[in-house]
Amino acid sequence: MRLVEIENLSVSFAQAEGVVQAVRGLSLHVDAGESLGIVGESGSGKSVTCMAVLRLLREPPARIVADRLALAGTDMRRASKRDLSRIRGRVAAMIFQDPMTAFDPVFTIGHQIIETVRAHRPASKPEARSEAEALLQRVEIKNPASVLDSYPHQLSGGMLQRAMIAMALSCRPQILFADEPTTALDVTIQAQILQLIKDLQAELGMGLIMVTHDLGVVAETVDRVVVMYGGRVMEEGPVQDIFDSPAHPYTRALLHSMPGQTAGRQRLVEIPGASPNPAHPPTGCPFHPRCDQADAKCAAEAPAFAAIAPARHAACWRLQ
Amino acid sequence: MTPAPHAPALELRNLCKTFTLPVRNGWRTSHFDHHAVKDVSLTLPRNAILGLVGESGSGKTTTGMMAMRLVEPSSGQILVDGTDITTMDHAALKPFRRKMQVVFQDSYSALDPMLTLGQIVAEPLHIHGVGTASEQNEQALAWLQRVGLDRSYGSRYPHELSGGQRQRVAIARALILRPTVLVADEPTSALDVSVKAQIINLLLDLQAEMGLSILFISHDLSVVRSLTDKVAVMFNGRVVEHAPTEAIFTDARHPYTRSLLDAIPVLNPRLRRTRTFLSRAELASSTPHLARADLSGPVTPGPMPQMVTVGTDHLVEAIVA
Repeated sequence: MRLVEIENLSVSFAQAEGVVQAVRGLSLHVDAGESLGIVGESGSGKSVTCMAVLRLLREPPARIVADRLALAGTDMRRASKRDLSRIRGRVAAMIFQDPMTAFDPVFTIGHQIIETVRAHRPASKPEARSEAEALLQRVEIKNPASVLDSYPHQLSGGMLQRAMIAMALSCRPQILFADEPTTALDVTIQAQILQLIKDLQAELGMGLIMVTHDLGVVAETVDRVVVMYGGRVMEEGPVQDIFDSPAHPYTRALLHSMPGQTAGRQRLVEIPGASPNPAHPPTGCPFHPRCDQADAKCAAEAPAFAAIAPARHAACWRLQ
Repeated sequence: MTPAPHAPALELRNLCKTFTLPVRNGWRTSHFDHHAVKDVSLTLPRNAILGLVGESGSGKTTTGMMAMRLVEPSSGQILVDGTDITTMDHAALKPFRRKMQVVFQDSYSALDPMLTLGQIVAEPLHIHGVGTASEQNEQALAWLQRVGLDRSYGSRYPHELSGGQRQRVAIARALILRPTVLVADEPTSALDVSVKAQIINLLLDLQAEMGLSILFISHDLSVVRSLTDKVAVMFNGRVVEHAPTEAIFTDARHPYTRSLLDAIPVLNPRLRRTRTFLSRAELASSTPHLARADLSGPVTPGPMPQMVTVGTDHLVEAIVA
């Protein structure tokens, strides 16, 4: 079953300086139990894509246009408020980069998880509390009772991220959106949280969308990858293929620029220039000003997102 | 102020820092000593890059700030070019401030939003009274160009720049006085992948060109591997391992160093694995016990952990049986 279906999604924001195109013509899908990584740098449109599917953007200023935008078969463009609150939580849940701002600082963790549980299904407070305790245990928190009675500022970043995952799982969602869930954490804690997400995904048979700028996180956690740049999808394919034989010049450049791949102090392969300004995107392919293979055609016209091999797609004139 | 011959650019001897924190207990306030840095000794040789690695709370930033005298050490010594600057007063310290500059992680809060980039980069020259106003301005523009920005940026303001561009400005400001020591505290952590490589390359180029000595503070071991000659690993305020960079990556001896290395995501999906994790408490009590036969340097007897030599230039904190 298709859990997430996005066809030809465009998201723009009306700003004082003009219209900012955050996402342009994006299509992707996620099947039940599958994990998809969305990789991109800041401003590539990866987070906005997730927010748009979950209808978490305020409209206006946001404007969402799509041929199809559906979660578990429900058309999100036409979903009523009631549909939305049913879908958010039970069909899809989201965890964010900064757990400190995701929790309300004036209520205990327990209060917030119990509130979430009871908002979605009838349960008495004691029932909801023991459920919350079980959830915290499930995310490997060793002293769930005392964490439930703690306020967010009393917990470390790693603990809070675990608590947020527990809250996201409280309604047994079919798909979890994780937006840079480990970026704010220390390396050893990052490894633990990624392991936890992988374990939970396998155990609960959830779908997963992992949004990240870190190719290492993608290599560790997902089945399939979408690479975004300048609001467009550059390349899509199975994770192993993307790392073995990256097809798009941007993906290749990104992989080559990763530090620490070889022994010894040395200059890195850098991508010249800077990411495009979404208010004034370049014409044609968004990557052409930084691409070493670009020519006049790349600057004039954006390449279509087309199949280049079984299960693989890319948007590049060089590959068509 | 001629540097002592062969003296390292920067030397830290037995540095300690204790912060006394108030603890509220009802209406009473008691005090609690937090030992942020415990007995850290490091040597930054001339013309080299030393990585200082650790997680949040390990004491790496406090150590860097003490080296700059931006945080006063509780005990220990700081030597710059062989001169002890630990207790120098403000006036005596000023010529040494010229030799030591710093670049921070958050370039947004490091640059004054009210000044143009030209003024920001020229400010150190102004403070130290180097050259006339027009010379200062000319040098600032030349430095903006040197770090990869156009001279026209001199009249622009920090908010007009991207994170990578702001970090370039911070580097220009730090280097305009031609310091011998640069402390770079997580300068690439807030940057995008493609920009990170640009800034690392810029630091490598400037280091080679100017013969700089850089103390590079980071939690990102991948960056440290590409950039540094030697690495010191900090944990709970102590240096637990100190070795040439490749020895850290291929022959780590301390369990904490190994756990850090094991946590780096591997850029190959084929090498995915299920990891087992030690808790911080387990790591804290995991000082290795080494037999004398494993060691290549002199040891003093005793059950207390100490830095012992296990290979060429390779030190690890261990208990020697």
